[in-house]
Amino acid sequence: MSLRTPLGVALGRGAARAGVHHWWVQRVTAVALVPLTLWLLFSLSRLPLADQAAVTDWIAAGWHPVLLCLTILVMAWHSVLGVQVVIEDYVHVKLTRTVTLLLVNFIHVVVAAAGIYAVLRVAFRSP
Amino acid sequence: MPARPLSPHLSVYRFAHNMVLSFSHRISGLYLALGLLVLVWWFGAAAGSEAAFADANRLLSHWFARLLLLGWLLAFCYHLANGIRHLLWDAGVGLEKQQARRGSAIVVVITLLFFAVMAWRLFAAAAGTP
Repeated sequence: MSLRTPLGVALGRGAARAGVHHWWVQRVTAVALVPLTLWLLFSLSRLPLADQAAVTDWIAAGWHPVLLCLTILVMAWHSVLGVQVVIEDYVHVKLTRTVTLLLVNFIHVVVAAAGIYAVLRVAFRSP
Repeated sequence: MPARPLSPHLSVYRFAHNMVLSFSHRISGLYLALGLLVLVWWFGAAAGSEAAFADANRLLSHWFARLLLLGWLLAFCYHLANGIRHLLWDAGVGLEKQQARRGSAIVVVITLLFFAVMAWRLFAAAAGTP
């Protein structure tokens, strides 16, 4: 049974319904990011980062492409959810807020796509 | 429709350590979001030509870039430590005032230790490469 009044529903007032889901996904991505980002940081710290061959060999090795794609995707997801909350907190003008949120979402999608593309390019290159 | 009133916040709250950690969590998160852009850009360069990768690394070797990178490392260490504290809070752990205060201290100590270790590993190693 909904606690919302019909007038409230008609005026579009009140919670947008997806709030808890956002909160939950933020936690799920956070939990996933603990091992993923630690793995990425430790791996990068052991690589000779100026050596392109070493770096690309590492990217293409075994499970790394999968882990890298997952890390990039989950980082972007966690990031977009977090930034959304910040914008919702500080931008009060509806139009500006909507446009900013759209832009932020699009940028994150592009960033994730670019990252995954780069990893796959390296992973699928001919040996 | 008139704008709804907003409660005062920064102007009325007494300074408290937890408050600083809370801002820092948000700020480090935003800074890390920027860092994600740079990380993906660097992966793109690694996937690209030798010239592209060399250019990227040269840019990142500049003292200002190094400073920003150290910042990203610090932001990451902090956001991870405090993030885990947030997850514990979500599970109901550590919500009492004394526990939260202790938690704040633990987060700061872990952040600094982890940062020191990783900064040494990453930058000492980098100093050794041509």
